[in-house]
Amino acid sequence: MMSKLKGLTKKQLFLPVFSMLLVMLLNVIYDIACGHAPLTFFTIAVKNGILYGRLIDILNRGTEAAILAIGMTLVVSSSAGTDISVGSVMSLYGGMCCMLLAGYGNVNVSNYAVPLLVGIGAGLLTTCVCGLFNGFLVAYMNIQPMVATLILWSAGRAIGLLLCNSQIVYVRVPSFQKIGGYVGPIPTPIIVAAACILVASLVLRMTALGTYIQSVGINKKASRIAGFNSAKIILLCYVICGLCAGLAGMVATSRIYSADTNNIGLNLEMDAILAVALGGNSLGGGKFNLAGSLIGAYTIQAIDTTLLSLGVSTAQSPVFKAVIVIMIVVIQSAPAKEFFKELSKKRNAGKGAASV
Amino acid sequence: MKKLKINSNTLLLLITIVLFIVMYAAGCIVYASKGFTHLQTFLNILINNAGLICVASGTTCVMLTGGIDISVGSVVAMDCMIMAVGIERWGWSSPVLMLFILAIGLVFGLVQGFCIAYLDIQPFIVTMAGLFFARGMTAVICKDQVSIVSDKIFTALAGYKIELPFGGYVNKKGTMLMPYLRITVIVALLVVLAIFLMLKYTRFGRSIYAVGGNQQSATLMGLDVKKTRLKVHMLASFLASIGGICYCLNTMAGTTQQATGLEMDAISSAVIGGTLLTGGVGNVLGTLIGVMINGTISTLVKSNGKLISSWSNIITAILLCFFIVLQSIFARIKEASK
Amino acid sequence: MEAGVVLKMQGICMTFPGVKALDNASLTLKKGEIRALMGENGAGKSTLIKCLTGVNKFEAGEIYLDGFDGPIVNKDTMDAQSKGIATVYQEVNLCPNLSVAENLYIGREPLTKLGTVNRKMMNKKAADLMRELELDLDVTKNLEEYSLALQQMIAIARAVDMDSKVLILDEPTSSLDDREVEKLFQMMRRLKNKGVGIIFVTHFLEQVYAVCDGITVLRNGQLVGEYEIAELPRVKLVAAMMGKDFDDLASIKKEGGSDRSNAPVYLEASGMSHAGTIRPFDLNIRKGEVVGLTGLLGSGRSELARVIYGADRNQTGSLKVNGKEVKIKNPIDAMNLGMGLLPDDRKAEGIIADLSVRENIILAVQAKLGIMKRIPMAKQIEITDKFIDLLQIKTASRETLVKQLSGGNQQKVILARWLATNPDFLILDEPTRGIDIGTKTEIQKLVLQLADEGKSLIFISSEIEEMLRTCNRMAVLRDGVKVGEIDENDMTQMGVMKAIAGGEHDE
Repeated sequence: MMSKLKGLTKKQLFLPVFSMLLVMLLNVIYDIACGHAPLTFFTIAVKNGILYGRLIDILNRGTEAAILAIGMTLVVSSSAGTDISVGSVMSLYGGMCCMLLAGYGNVNVSNYAVPLLVGIGAGLLTTCVCGLFNGFLVAYMNIQPMVATLILWSAGRAIGLLLCNSQIVYVRVPSFQKIGGYVGPIPTPIIVAAACILVASLVLRMTALGTYIQSVGINKKASRIAGFNSAKIILLCYVICGLCAGLAGMVATSRIYSADTNNIGLNLEMDAILAVALGGNSLGGGKFNLAGSLIGAYTIQAIDTTLLSLGVSTAQSPVFKAVIVIMIVVIQSAPAKEFFKELSKKRNAGKGAASV
Repeated sequence: MKKLKINSNTLLLLITIVLFIVMYAAGCIVYASKGFTHLQTFLNILINNAGLICVASGTTCVMLTGGIDISVGSVVAMDCMIMAVGIERWGWSSPVLMLFILAIGLVFGLVQGFCIAYLDIQPFIVTMAGLFFARGMTAVICKDQVSIVSDKIFTALAGYKIELPFGGYVNKKGTMLMPYLRITVIVALLVVLAIFLMLKYTRFGRSIYAVGGNQQSATLMGLDVKKTRLKVHMLASFLASIGGICYCLNTMAGTTQQATGLEMDAISSAVIGGTLLTGGVGNVLGTLIGVMINGTISTLVKSNGKLISSWSNIITAILLCFFIVLQSIFARIKEASK
Repeated sequence: MEAGVVLKMQGICMTFPGVKALDNASLTLKKGEIRALMGENGAGKSTLIKCLTGVNKFEAGEIYLDGFDGPIVNKDTMDAQSKGIATVYQEVNLCPNLSVAENLYIGREPLTKLGTVNRKMMNKKAADLMRELELDLDVTKNLEEYSLALQQMIAIARAVDMDSKVLILDEPTSSLDDREVEKLFQMMRRLKNKGVGIIFVTHFLEQVYAVCDGITVLRNGQLVGEYEIAELPRVKLVAAMMGKDFDDLASIKKEGGSDRSNAPVYLEASGMSHAGTIRPFDLNIRKGEVVGLTGLLGSGRSELARVIYGADRNQTGSLKVNGKEVKIKNPIDAMNLGMGLLPDDRKAEGIIADLSVRENIILAVQAKLGIMKRIPMAKQIEITDKFIDLLQIKTASRETLVKQLSGGNQQKVILARWLATNPDFLILDEPTRGIDIGTKTEIQKLVLQLADEGKSLIFISSEIEEMLRTCNRMAVLRDGVKVGEIDENDMTQMGVMKAIAGGEHDE
């Protein structure tokens, strides 16, 4: 029994799935305590032709974190560092896209100044360039990932603000709101997230990207001898991360059909990094598991939603997330692992002595 | 090649000093009509950035060991909120609160430093968690903006002007205005002086440099590297708390969005002031100049009037990027000349 | 302890998981003696040093130190230092950003009454020490302003000032030029005259004979012998290190293999070099030929191969493959020309530890195909199974992580990685180090088989016997210079050892 349990905890998806279940359980207990039906958390209803339910809400709200988690997973795996600029880059996307769609200087429009696709395309291009910039600093200038991305972490939001002339630019056009709205009964963000996940898994399946990234992340020198160009791979990961930040920015911007550059993507870098860690991936790089990161991302959203229903505001929830991050990295840390090893050794020794 | 090796670090500082003089001179010429030439404008930069000077001094020490601390901005926000809520809601007296805040800073640094030094977790991850924790705590303590009005000692401290006996000017109405400083500036300058002396003349200070120069060597030479790293993180959070009090004396309020991006200003001040990101090289006086450059940038942007405030963020980021890349290039040249 | 002896290590045994690193190793050091500690890779030199300085915990044996009754055990380097055993490593372990004086006194600075560092006093003490050791430098300047040799000497000065009885110099000369080495020797002799016992770990034969009084040779973790310098000429030293008694250097004839001297030339290197590791060299390799690179560790045998492969950048000269001039900037360029390199450091440059056997094997094939063309899983499995079978790799499954395999099987996985690319030219750098006898012979057979298939190979090994068995021709390297070639007819143990030892006329 014990050994089976141990084998289970060693599985890579154990951590994210376990924490997801824990959050769900918490919800059930809370519902019972509040006198709701015990399975309120899982019920999905259709009202006015739109899907309702806490699960749907989590899937919907978790879109941005999930998309970011895809890019962040690759960055962490290849460069053993995190891209802390993703939140700001999301906001920069909002600034760029809305500025183009509304025309510079306008703050409230109900017609596009340029076609929607041009706005989105330009926004995504901008974020890819941001990724390129980060990747160049990390891969070719040998700057620590987090220091390199610190530059855009601060400047990204500021540039977004600049593009919008320090104002909130509203684009009140239905087709723009659609991305943050509904397709039939299903919230569009869920579809966007599903598409991103599908594309990511297809790319990982069809190309050798996964193998390249992991071997560079695990052993740069050996990868070089085996014929990989690690700098290029790392650069590519940062560009992908930039693109993911752009896509997440697209969803976030369309949700509020405006470029609120001060708030779009605020603190989301934390969610993305937490998702990767919660997904059972080491923040020290190397092997990665995308499915884990994705479950991690939705788990975090579930935590957020749960906290909100417990009366904890969005501004306060970082306290809990910070504690969770620290707990995960402490457990992952080498001294802690050694400690646990010693502990189990001692326990086994104790058992051995007892049986004799 | 050897000559360059000698100069690369001093060269960085030299660029910084020249940059500051050029920027300030440019300001004096372009915005002379807006009083840029007055001594008070210069002193205002000091007054506005007193908190930042304290915070950046701590950040410099951490960076000298090769680490980083991005939690300081949130710690400042948390301190301000505790100060405001403590005075207005809990009814504590301000001296007690100040001691309380300093103690919190020490504990905060202790936890972060322990995770970094003894559990060997990346400093960035730990202090990022610290950043979000402190920011979230600010909201937990109070969700609204709280202004400080009722504590006499605190308002007196905040309002106290130290007039200088020289450098005054006559305004349009014909009254002589003497330039003045605030208490926060004195505190900040004392902090800089203390850190400068500490880094130069104490064993702890020298081991900070040794750890940053080569951690492995430092261990082999018998220094307690872990303890040094722990202590330096405690120092950084402690100085962030002093900075928080100074900041609060300036703003007289606590809000959840206070001091966002202050960690960025602190880091860029240190980097611009010649502290190497890889550690081991740098000086708190350089950081002071770095803060002054940042202050000058925002004063210039404000004096322009037309430019929106995010320009100062962007210019700071560009400067930071420039210096980081410069450091990386210098490091590469050094490596190649070996 | 006998009079005049400052350090005596006796019967030291120590095992790493699965490997007996030291087996009854000993060392005796007299006062005022410079003793070379010699041995090839894996001989246990550094392990023995680490046992002495407390980095490694040894299982059996005793260490006696002058001034201590009974055997001592050091907890760590600090403990060793406090007992008077100081170590100076190859990489200067000082802080480049601090002044010379600080580097000498950090952690034990003279203090003022206020408890602050007394810089004046510290600088004066440092200057006095420098004068005493006849080093002419400004102690207030930063360490990084001085050359590596001076930094090395400052490190020694620090060790000496702490009243060391035993000074261990671990390959201190690797990055120094001749003039700097001479300066270092002067300092060593001065210290010797003061009565300090010095253990000098190096792989430069010239230097051993220039400065040392005695030699201790280790091989495979065991003591081969302790000699006075006069009783051990170079050839005998090389023989001792490489594992043959000088008296029975009977020639081992190559088994099998055929004459390739008429085969077309595959590769032609002329004047290639890499600063600091290998001086310009010429080398031709014919199709189906196995060329051995021989020399002691650090002689440039690996470095030569790395320059051809593009693992280290070639800085001069040119390379022709199949008669056409080629430029190789990166390993991938070499791979596209049909080359492969099995590096000597398996852990650092060979395996991708956290990936599976399958992923490790298909790695090079995948790299040649490029990122867009992923090898289909069925094909990956086919390749993997083929080589697991062919090389008899012992693994639980093809999805087992490669780090869980034994050293020999890891080596086979890397071999499989290159064989899967069907290379024309393969560089094998120490392919048999640290693996069991059975696998060794398998690999040797494989080399001959590959040559028979018309592939060209470079074979590097520190075991001459193995080289004699597999190579058609050998190139000899000494101190970063290719000093000559030995063709098939002259290839005897004796001949090779003489070539490696070089520059001696007293046989």
